[in-house]
Amino acid sequence: MSGFDWIVPVILTIITAATPLVFAGIGELVTEKSGVLNLGVEGMMLVGAVSGFITALVTGNYFLAVAAAALAGAVMAFLFGVLTLSLMANQVATGLSLTLFGVGLSALMGQEFVGEPVSALGKLDIVGLSDLPFIGPILFAQDALVYLSFVMVALVSWFLYKTKAGLILRAVGDSHNAAHSIGYPVIAIRYLAVMFGGAMSGIGGAYLSLAYTPMWAENMTAGRGWIALALIVFATWKPGLVLVGAYMFGGITILQLHAQAAGLNVPSQILSMLPYLATVLVLVLISKDESRIRKHAPACIGKIFHPAA
Amino acid sequence: MLLKIEKRSEYSKAMVYLTPIIALALTVLASILLFELLGVNPIEALYQFFVAPLDTQYEFSELFVKATPLILCAIGLSLGFRANVWNIGAEGQLTMGAIVGSSLFIYFPETDSIFLLPAMIIMAAIGGAAWAAIPAFFKTRFNANEILTSLMLVYVALLFLSVLIHGPWRDPAGFNFPESQTFSESADMPILIAGTRMHFGTLLALLAVFGAWIMMARTLIGFQVKVIGEAPRAGGYAGFSQKKIIWLTLLFAGALSGIAGFSEVSGPIDQVVPSISPGYGFTAIIVAFLGRLHPVGIFFASLLMALTYLGGETAQINLGLPVAVTGVFQGMVLFFLLACDVLVHYRFRLNISRKATS
Repeated sequence: MSGFDWIVPVILTIITAATPLVFAGIGELVTEKSGVLNLGVEGMMLVGAVSGFITALVTGNYFLAVAAAALAGAVMAFLFGVLTLSLMANQVATGLSLTLFGVGLSALMGQEFVGEPVSALGKLDIVGLSDLPFIGPILFAQDALVYLSFVMVALVSWFLYKTKAGLILRAVGDSHNAAHSIGYPVIAIRYLAVMFGGAMSGIGGAYLSLAYTPMWAENMTAGRGWIALALIVFATWKPGLVLVGAYMFGGITILQLHAQAAGLNVPSQILSMLPYLATVLVLVLISKDESRIRKHAPACIGKIFHPAA
Repeated sequence: MLLKIEKRSEYSKAMVYLTPIIALALTVLASILLFELLGVNPIEALYQFFVAPLDTQYEFSELFVKATPLILCAIGLSLGFRANVWNIGAEGQLTMGAIVGSSLFIYFPETDSIFLLPAMIIMAAIGGAAWAAIPAFFKTRFNANEILTSLMLVYVALLFLSVLIHGPWRDPAGFNFPESQTFSESADMPILIAGTRMHFGTLLALLAVFGAWIMMARTLIGFQVKVIGEAPRAGGYAGFSQKKIIWLTLLFAGALSGIAGFSEVSGPIDQVVPSISPGYGFTAIIVAFLGRLHPVGIFFASLLMALTYLGGETAQINLGLPVAVTGVFQGMVLFFLLACDVLVHYRFRLNISRKATS
């Protein structure tokens, strides 16, 4: 039995590493399903992370902190919406600028808070169940956001494929002209989808600054926003696969920590490269099959919608 | 809506030139607000940002020192952006160029030859181009999105630099600091004006501006880049290869970014350190757009962005403003520019015919 003691802690760390990716990925998935490509995930995560952190530090209320992070992410996404949806700016360029702006803004906001600790987001403790061997700590003693991440994946999956509103959202993403001519408010729907994506990215960022490493550091997302974007390609725009992909990447991130602990004689930086290299590899393997990508990707992704008056 | 956005039948040339100026004006207005929020006198802050850094001749030359890597990276990126090739990994290509270029000196420090520096510059270009060739290969062969692959490779390059500088490249006589030995004279970029840090790299940057200008305006390659970017189908019918353009723009950007990185380590920094660039490769994206993807525009946009770096430092010293203000400022410029760009292709019109609905 004692030989397998390491399994539980490893799984626990994978969960914490994967959760931010689940949030950011599932949010961006909804955005992309509506036909909008927002490359600002990294920037929205950072602003969410710093907003959540400051709120937690000042109020001590984690519910408020997560709400603030979601709001901050949504506000950033709203800015993106104004530019791309109302002013018809190029989505790729605007997304990039949102990230650059978010990096700067979060650094400015968090300037005075670098290095200040907050206590980590509390773990739930379901009496009786959390004491179960093996599955207890894994299934019944996580923090609330981990459970929320699973709920969000289920909700998004249900919304997209089982509700009329979800069908409309997908229709807008696949053919904005057709959706418009039937009378659906394309721009309004996209605004909502984009802001939902922003809110989720914000929460994903807050998970980093409140639970993963409970502190604020400049650029602490370290490319996770971009990995979340790659996840969606990996998942071929399916919510369930976003979850699977996020845990896979979480696993790779954790691999480096444990390989180091196991005394593997490789510079730590080489191991730190793994998640990024894995992302490139996965993108290559998935994108190779062009017809599969074309079948699943929203047809109007990245295209500007301007109703012919 | 009372205001209606109407597509122009032809894009407005006047607006192409006016929007960067409008965007800058809006950025200044927004930053006045930002400074108020930070509790700093906005007039004083703007003075420290845009005027104070140009007080002396030395500081003026510093503008070119900071603009050099921006120009080199942005010229390369702009070609890709024109052809809809979204290389955002200039920071990684810059880092790899610096590494490969420096390797010659690191492994042969005794070399004393006038050919050393040219060889290092060529190596740097090759290093940067090789790093950019990875996304190019994945894009053309496997259809992998170059935005994501080029960005992921930035992190890999930075970590690789960290491996080298904390390991084999560390100066044995350097008290264990993660720094290489300082470059010898024959590995140094020659200084252009005595008493300043303005170096030969600036000339290379100007050469890149000129070369790119000729290429875009006068050669078939430049024409192909533009056609593939604006009308890929038409390009296809004309027999232009999209793959060729992807390769070309990425290799070109990689080579220039590589030279940018090397000119930093062999110029102002004078040794290999863990952090070569304060994000020049990313700021270059803003520069490319602000310069309207045109070489001459990029030259002026680089000077402006260089000024924000200097201004950020001055404002930090004299007003105690956080350095991060520079990043916010740069982000805002691009944001407002993209917002104003609507005026190039569309016009606003009052919607008079609209009936009241109550």
